[in-house]
Order: sequence, then C-alpha cells, then structure tokens
Amino acid sequence: MNQFIEWISQPWPWYVAGPMIGLTVPALLILGNKTFGISSSLRHICAACVPAGIPFFSYNWKKETWNLLFVLGTAIGGFIAMNFLANPETIVISEATQSDLAALGITDFNSLLPSDIFSWSNLFTAKGLLFFVVGGFLVGFGTRYAGGCTSGHAIMGISSLQWPSLVATIFFMVGGFLMTHVLLEPLMKLVGF
Amino acid sequence: MKIAEKTIVQDPHCVAPNLSENHDKGLELLKYLILGTIFGIVFVKAEIISWFRIQEMFRLQSFHMYGVIGSAIVTGIISIQLIKRLNIKSINGEQIVIPDKVFKKGQIYGGFIFGLGWALTGACPGPLFAQIGSGYTVVLVTLISALAGTWTYGKFSDKLPN
Repeated sequence: MNQFIEWISQPWPWYVAGPMIGLTVPALLILGNKTFGISSSLRHICAACVPAGIPFFSYNWKKETWNLLFVLGTAIGGFIAMNFLANPETIVISEATQSDLAALGITDFNSLLPSDIFSWSNLFTAKGLLFFVVGGFLVGFGTRYAGGCTSGHAIMGISSLQWPSLVATIFFMVGGFLMTHVLLEPLMKLVGF
Repeated sequence: MKIAEKTIVQDPHCVAPNLSENHDKGLELLKYLILGTIFGIVFVKAEIISWFRIQEMFRLQSFHMYGVIGSAIVTGIISIQLIKRLNIKSINGEQIVIPDKVFKKGQIYGGFIFGLGWALTGACPGPLFAQIGSGYTVVLVTLISALAGTWTYGKFSDKLPN
C-alpha cells in the first residue's frame, strides 16, 4: 500500500492524465446522458444566487445540480491530491520557462502556483487586481460568451467533431499567446513586478 | 446501423445543456461528485492546475499540456465514435444525445477574451475549483470574479455581437 501511494504521488505524465480526462466524456454520457462542460457551473451558480430577473439566468438550475456536484468534486479531488497524494519534490518546469518568468520578476518556483502572485497579501494590491480580479473576470465573461471552456469546447466539442468548438479553441489559444508574449510583460511591470 | 438523429432546440448560450429526461435525484447524484473528485485528483497530479504549466504551454516550451489536451481529445473521439457506432445507451436506457454546437461570433470574441484570462490566471474554470480545493484559497477571489464575469455576460448578452 505504501509503495502504491509512493508511486501515485509522483507527478502523472500526460499520457496518463490526458486519457483519464478524455474518459470523463463517455463516463458522463453513459452514467447520465450528460455533456461534459465545466464553465456552465458558473452560470448555474449565478442562476441560483443572483438571477436578478435576467432571462439568461431564469431557468431551472436545480436540474443542473449534477454539474455543481461535479465541480464540488473537483475541489475535493484537489484537496485529496494535495493532502494525501502530494508530490514530495518541487515542480519541475522547463528551464526556458523558468528563466523567462524569472526575467518577469517571478522568484518562487517551488510549488504549483508562484507565491509572488497567488497569496492573500496581494489581494488589495495592483497585482491582485490584475491576476485575480481582471483575470477571473475575463475567464468568466469569455467562457460564457464563447459558450464553453477548455472542457466544453476543446475536449467535448472537438471530440464530437464540431467545428464551432475548434474555432473557439483556436481563439482560446490566440488570446493566451497574445497575453503571454505581448501583454504580460508590460502588465506585470505596471503592477509592480 | 443507422443512428436516429434527433433535432434539438437548444439554448445557444449553453454548451452543456441537460437533455436527459431522467433527472437524477438524491444518492444517484453521488456519481457526479465521485467523477468530479477523480477529475480533480488528475488535475493536481498532472500539474494541470499549475500556473507554470500554462505558461510553459503558451511559451511552447513543453509538450506536457499539449499532450494532456491532445490525448484527452483523441480518447474522447474514440469513445464517442464507439458510443455512436455500437449505439450504446446510457445506464438509464436512454438514447445518448450530443447536441450540435451552433456557430456564433461569441466563439471568436469570447474565446479570445477567455484566452487572455487563461494566460493570466493560469486556470480555466475546472482548475479554478481544483486550485481552491488544493489549498490556494486566494483563488476564491478569482472564482468570485469569474462569477461576476459570467453574470455580466448574462446581463448584457443581447447587446453583444453574436
């Protein structure tokens, strides 16, 4: 048992993780005739908590409880993985990325997220405004405008051979490349890195 | 075998509409919690929730994330083809329905906007939940802001080009 825990505590390679994520698609279809998609959960939470009479949020969100339970599970899974199956070593990222990010002012390369950005002490600072408030808003607004995120479009949509999902995925990447290669450096300077 | 094609009127805003006639109740819903839990464990163990891994991906400095997403898609394609060709039913005996996605301009504009946010936060919606669960509690703020973004879209959806 200890050996097993030790074995699964190592970082999992892409060829294990990718197929496991892909299998979520048939698992949801067969277990409940449900279509894989995560960002819808954000809409359901809005519909449940602050519908404000907006037609977009006026529907029977209770029918979508399954989706809310799925994302609750995702958080629980994060807790289990981090507390019981954690990788004892520090994360190994490519040297090129490490030096690019060091040049931008990132100093902490020890865990999955850099504490230079992701810490409560940044909350009421320009860094927090950029990475949490603006970043989060773009994710929530963009996914709903696009009608889905990486799971709904890139995985579920392309898997079912739907070209609109391919278009969406291409534009996810275009936005990500532009942010990473053009906007990130000036924005990080602006917020004090 | 010919598959019965079903025309579905669906909400164009919703990528994951729930067309199942059979509503899971009570303990039946537990299966989604368990599936989500496995999903969250994979997200953390394959470091998909890592801001660094997303940076590596957009900087084309590692194959890892491309391998994850690519092999997930291949697995999905094979699974859906098998379901269709073998006419596999859901465990409730329902015909499995995958609604067609209708093209709209939002997939371009919204996709681009989400991409900007993905590179900043290092997370798409799934990893946001897994990051919070794995102890990066400040990401709760990102989640609340994402909810505000979704709400704002809902409020102004009919005024946006689509």
